[in-house]
Amino acid sequence: MTMATATSFDVAAIRADFPILGASVHGKPLVYLDNAATTQKPRVVLDALTDYYTSSNANVHRGVHYLSGRATDLYEDARASIARFLGAAEARELIFTRNATEGINLVAQAWGRANVRAGDEILISALEHHSNIVPWYMLCAEKGASLRVIPMFDNGELDMEAFVRLLSPRTRLVAISALSNALGTITPVAEIIRLAHAAGALVLVDGAQAAYHMPVDVRALDCDFFVVTGHKLYGPTGIGVLYGKAALLEAMPPWMGGGDMIASVTFERCTWNVIPNKFEAGTPDIAGAIGLGVAVRYLGGIGMERIQAHERELLAYGTAALAEVEGLRIIGTAPHKASILSFVMDGVHPHDLGTIVDREGVAIRTGQHCAQPVMDRLGIPATARASLAMYNTREEIDALVAALHTARKVFG
Amino acid sequence: MSDLQDLYQEVILDHNRRPHNFRVIDPASAKQEGYNPLCGDRLTLYLTVRDGVITDAAFQGSGCAISKASASLMTDAVKGRTVDEARALFDRFHEMITSAPGSPLPDLGKLAVLAGVRDFPTRVKCAGLAWHTLKAAVSEHGADPVSTE
Repeated sequence: MTMATATSFDVAAIRADFPILGASVHGKPLVYLDNAATTQKPRVVLDALTDYYTSSNANVHRGVHYLSGRATDLYEDARASIARFLGAAEARELIFTRNATEGINLVAQAWGRANVRAGDEILISALEHHSNIVPWYMLCAEKGASLRVIPMFDNGELDMEAFVRLLSPRTRLVAISALSNALGTITPVAEIIRLAHAAGALVLVDGAQAAYHMPVDVRALDCDFFVVTGHKLYGPTGIGVLYGKAALLEAMPPWMGGGDMIASVTFERCTWNVIPNKFEAGTPDIAGAIGLGVAVRYLGGIGMERIQAHERELLAYGTAALAEVEGLRIIGTAPHKASILSFVMDGVHPHDLGTIVDREGVAIRTGQHCAQPVMDRLGIPATARASLAMYNTREEIDALVAALHTARKVFG
Repeated sequence: MSDLQDLYQEVILDHNRRPHNFRVIDPASAKQEGYNPLCGDRLTLYLTVRDGVITDAAFQGSGCAISKASASLMTDAVKGRTVDEARALFDRFHEMITSAPGSPLPDLGKLAVLAGVRDFPTRVKCAGLAWHTLKAAVSEHGADPVSTE
């Protein structure tokens, strides 16, 4: 397919932007295929962190001095860049968090505790990462609400008919991953949002995986909440974003209390700041936010559509290449998939595969991928997972396949 | 490849393919679950203990080659030992798999084939799972599932 796409996308130039991709591991060139866990960082992001600390470091929203103003401008510019990247109407709809997990917990605690009551239902799916299960489990346990699960088929596709049956006037919120970290399934979030809204439920989309694989437009989706994590978006660790519709965020009580989130404080009465500050208690990860702003501008310069096209081509190549490996079975074969290849090999446990391919310089993830219910549903203890990003190449998939042949040889 | 061969020695691959004592003991004097949440390895260890002596040991479960071979070798090794001896063996095995690469190895007989694990820090938990499960099984308050995390 897409020779034109393959040639118009300059992978070599992109790779040159990522210092770590030139590294060696165990004497072999690094082949980094663990992008679903975290992506590597381009030099512009690394430079932004250093630049911030060397020329702009000060606390934000606090001082009258020059550096504080400069740090605040950079921090808020980053928020505006990320808002544009996600298609939000306004920058104030973006709350900086530590990661996607914190964004989900924020909604579960701030929105959930104020709005979910005994007998209500929260809907999640069988594909969710633990971070989009446990906060809802905790909320439901506290409130006497029920956690209901949209089932999936053996290929990793969601059972949308079952979803429709599960929706009811008791459904308060649907929390759904746009892209499964364990299997690569792209879920029909637009349809889920439309159906949920028709049933009177809100929708939180876990975009931790989706955001680095495909264009996101939260307004077009009409989702109520959308969470991303910076470190999978080629940005720093320790920074993430919660998008929420302004009216919802304004109506929600604060979650964490502290500096910056208040309008006024007396011992008798505290009042809250406006959004987004209401949800950003304490000094944030200023450098991280600035780094993430740079990362999404970098991605915008390349174009998420082009990244998606390149990764589709890699997925097709990788799927065919892995299918040729003796005894290998791909886990997760939904028709709509992103470039995540989970697999098992007859007679070789995923953990052993991971160790053996690592010695060939190939970094993959092995285990349950923080998605124990997915593994239980499929009746497997674990998988090996190669997750491909924009800087990966066919040659790297070939290196993985060669390393898998080595594993086959070791295990006889 | 050379250090890989140290880790995946033929003996280990054999125990992985055909683990010893891979069965249920029913009734057992002690039954203990072990779980490694990072990789999903699970095992159930069964012990028969008579007058302070482990007369039979067996296991069931799923896991990587290292964890299976370790459970297989361990159940062989503890049979006929007193509970106190088994605890002492845990300490020496643990010392072996967490010792610095290149340092002298304790004499642990057949268990020494697992010494290669110490060069693979990410795999120490695999080798240790069965042993931590054993330790819990012979402790005063066994019964609660043991986790390597």
